[in-house]
Amino acid sequence: MQSESQLIFELSRPGRVGYDVPSTPREILAAQVPDLPRRKVPPKLPEVSENLVVRHYTNLSTRNHHIDKDFYPLGSCTMKYNPKINDELAGIPGFGGLHPFQMTNTAQGALEVLQRLSDALLEVTGMDAITLQPAAGAQGELTALLMFRAYHQKHGGRPRRRVIIPDSAHGTNPASIVIAGYEVTELKSGADGLTDIQALKSALSDDVAALMITNPNTVGLFESRIAEIIELVHSVGGLVYMDGANLNAMLGVSRPGDMGFDACHINLHKTFSTPHGGGGPGSGPVAVKSSLAPFLPSPVINTRDGVHWWDWNRPDSIGHVHSFYGNFGMHVRALAYVLSMGGDGLRAISENAIINANYLRVKLSGTYEVAYDRPCTHEVILSGDRQKARGAKTLDIAKRLLDYGYHPPTVYFPLIVHEALMLEPTESESRETLDEFIQVMLEIDREITRDPELLKSAPHTTPVRRLDEAGAARNLDIRYTAK
Amino acid sequence: MRYIPNTPDDRAAMLRDIGVSAFEDLLSAIPGNLRLNRPLNLPDGKSEFDVKSIMRSLARKNLNTVDHTSFLGAGSYDHYVPTAVNTLSLRSEYVTAYTPYQPEVAQATLQVIYEFQSMICELYGMEAANASMYDGGTALAEAIMLAAAQTRRTNILCPPNVHPLYLRVARTLVEPQGITLQPVPLRDGGIDRAALESLLNGGIAAVVVQYPNFFGIVEDISPFITAAQANGALAIVVADPLAMGVLEPPGSFGADIVVGEGQSLGNLQSYGGPYLGLFACKANLIRRMPGRIVGVTRDVDGRRGFVLTLQTREQHIRRDKATSNICTNEGLCATRATFYMSMLGPRGLASVGEACLHRCAYLRQQLTGIPGVHLAFGGPHFKEFAIRLDKSVEGFLHYMAERKVLAGVPLKWFGLRMDDSLLVAVTETKSLEDLDGFAAGVKQYLEGGK
Repeated sequence: MQSESQLIFELSRPGRVGYDVPSTPREILAAQVPDLPRRKVPPKLPEVSENLVVRHYTNLSTRNHHIDKDFYPLGSCTMKYNPKINDELAGIPGFGGLHPFQMTNTAQGALEVLQRLSDALLEVTGMDAITLQPAAGAQGELTALLMFRAYHQKHGGRPRRRVIIPDSAHGTNPASIVIAGYEVTELKSGADGLTDIQALKSALSDDVAALMITNPNTVGLFESRIAEIIELVHSVGGLVYMDGANLNAMLGVSRPGDMGFDACHINLHKTFSTPHGGGGPGSGPVAVKSSLAPFLPSPVINTRDGVHWWDWNRPDSIGHVHSFYGNFGMHVRALAYVLSMGGDGLRAISENAIINANYLRVKLSGTYEVAYDRPCTHEVILSGDRQKARGAKTLDIAKRLLDYGYHPPTVYFPLIVHEALMLEPTESESRETLDEFIQVMLEIDREITRDPELLKSAPHTTPVRRLDEAGAARNLDIRYTAK
Repeated sequence: MRYIPNTPDDRAAMLRDIGVSAFEDLLSAIPGNLRLNRPLNLPDGKSEFDVKSIMRSLARKNLNTVDHTSFLGAGSYDHYVPTAVNTLSLRSEYVTAYTPYQPEVAQATLQVIYEFQSMICELYGMEAANASMYDGGTALAEAIMLAAAQTRRTNILCPPNVHPLYLRVARTLVEPQGITLQPVPLRDGGIDRAALESLLNGGIAAVVVQYPNFFGIVEDISPFITAAQANGALAIVVADPLAMGVLEPPGSFGADIVVGEGQSLGNLQSYGGPYLGLFACKANLIRRMPGRIVGVTRDVDGRRGFVLTLQTREQHIRRDKATSNICTNEGLCATRATFYMSMLGPRGLASVGEACLHRCAYLRQQLTGIPGVHLAFGGPHFKEFAIRLDKSVEGFLHYMAERKVLAGVPLKWFGLRMDDSLLVAVTETKSLEDLDGFAAGVKQYLEGGK
């Protein structure tokens, strides 16, 4: 049994310091400091020396699973390798030390990074214009919906009322729709996991502002009739948005712009390998067709004779969605990744991601039920129904995987598959890793018969075991207070 | 393809096992006319060495705030980042982990967030904090949405000495829901108290004040908070976390929601992002708070552990009824902030604040009396202030840039009718020579020096 981890606050002793502030010269000290509402009680931050801080957070770090350590087949999250050079480059003074308000003649290199990345993303998506400002995928969705709203107001005088999403959509889709001032219309998916065209037809009317759809969709399938779907929405004057969560399957294979989409976002922290950081920073650029370009958030980059500047004079722009220009540090990483991979390498990413997912599908299909058993794209969805009938829920399988050193797949999403286990291996994993994982999945299935308790009480080897989540919400303790 | 392990032989063997003869067979669901039947029009992949050379040559085209002297602020500050913060925050365990959905193997991330929430509560004097928002501007927008939902009112009073870009972000994000932002007149850079009070009525959901304000002035925010609450509105304070070692925190004045930009807590300036939106509130608003929250619990063996809690507020559970659409936030930036606050402790934070106060006062004093330079506003300043010049502000910025000094942020960019002014920021990183150099530079520029 591993010991309980201490909090940094519990290492605190009065008088310990971890950092000395630069000394203030006599001349400066002589300056008359104004009267202020001075703080009477200091904040109770921990008092710890530098070396103890380093030891604390180094020890604590070992209690995380992470992609550098082992397989992380978390469906829809694209846990791929994050190249080390990208983090190094983002931190050098010429990038990490730039101020958002320095004059553009002193930041031409930064603007060139943004321009080059923009150009590459437009080529990958087949779109006409782009903003790099949204800080995450959910913000990208919202940005696009706000642009749709502005477009409808400009062209029809009214923003329209409803936005349609499939019932398999990520939770961010309906939440973004409401923030953009729209109502959600949910579309039941067909039995084949694809959009039900008849259902779509009956949901369409001239108060539909847009359809938001993920392609490949959230069950890992390409929407074969996507061109027809888009035409139907366009025929009532609506716009169509592609949630780019699954772009890792499409690089150099197929492009949302060519399919007819009006806008899409790109998760740089998925497809373009910028690290997830335990929950961000992300980056969610939005690419659009030229009809929507006037509504992009301001500013946009302009270039003439090799000189770049920010254009703030955008009368139809929706405004601003980030305090500055978005997560530039992620843009640096993504550009370095594009340069490393090149056009052929980007295509190779998707090919390998698709092969890896289909390999898991075929090798696991005898034992686990594959929700839609036909060629998938970069992820495959299993249902744990058979295993549940034998006494182990999907949650138990997920927790048992932790004992074998793997992060489990995404579980219970999408909501339309019972006991869902959504696996996305990405191109980063080798055949041997997949073979080992497959063996473990088969072994866990055998364990259900042999020793069901082993699963129900899993995990056994992790730093902590199953945690009382209901208790956490009931007895809310969300900040430390000194005893 | 140095990031892809499978060889052509591996792929061939896997395709055989899958039961197809070629990769293209796996694409059968994609109609032929929707396939990209040409290579992407991008250059071929490059060696790491070549990538590094290209990127470094782009970086060299920029002046930067590390190798050069910077007086730029307006929401992004060059406070010193201790080396250990950088070193620790490059650990793969923090960098390459996902959102902590499986708490048994995410205790590092979860515990750091719990420590972060605790520290932010301490800084701001508040009862609850979340695991971060994107940045200061979006945190303000979320605070406004919360206030509107809580009060069922739709007007927000926002004086123009709140960061103008935060206000633009807020306007963009909240107006589609029928929420409107209404300005409040200023006097000498501060909020006109009588005007604010006369604007308060039963339709006002919240009053927003910035502390110190956009011009660096430390206003007495207590009467604004009291007036807002007396009218049934919430008081939202945008507060600089680095000032909280020396200034009385907004929580002491009764603020309902405090938001802020956490970049200066150990994060890089990075041309404006990734930054760190701070969000803290009173206990009665926790269930309306946006974003992730970590709480303490026990495992089946009775050991203390950490989990995401109150998730029924969030989009992945509540979908269109969620309090916010945020999913991915700024985890690694919050992690860096936690390391930074741990290193500084209460004394370090107070010392940084003192150092800023002294340097700010010193530079203001040095500039007083230089013909053609005018301090725009009186009142106490923390680390930033506006000056007016009798000659072109942009001319001055170019003059200083030639001397490798980034001298300030022109206020003409913000639509404040202050086209002859610039905002000058000084942090603890400015030496006596830097400050004297600034004063000498502005003097020479005004005297027509080259």
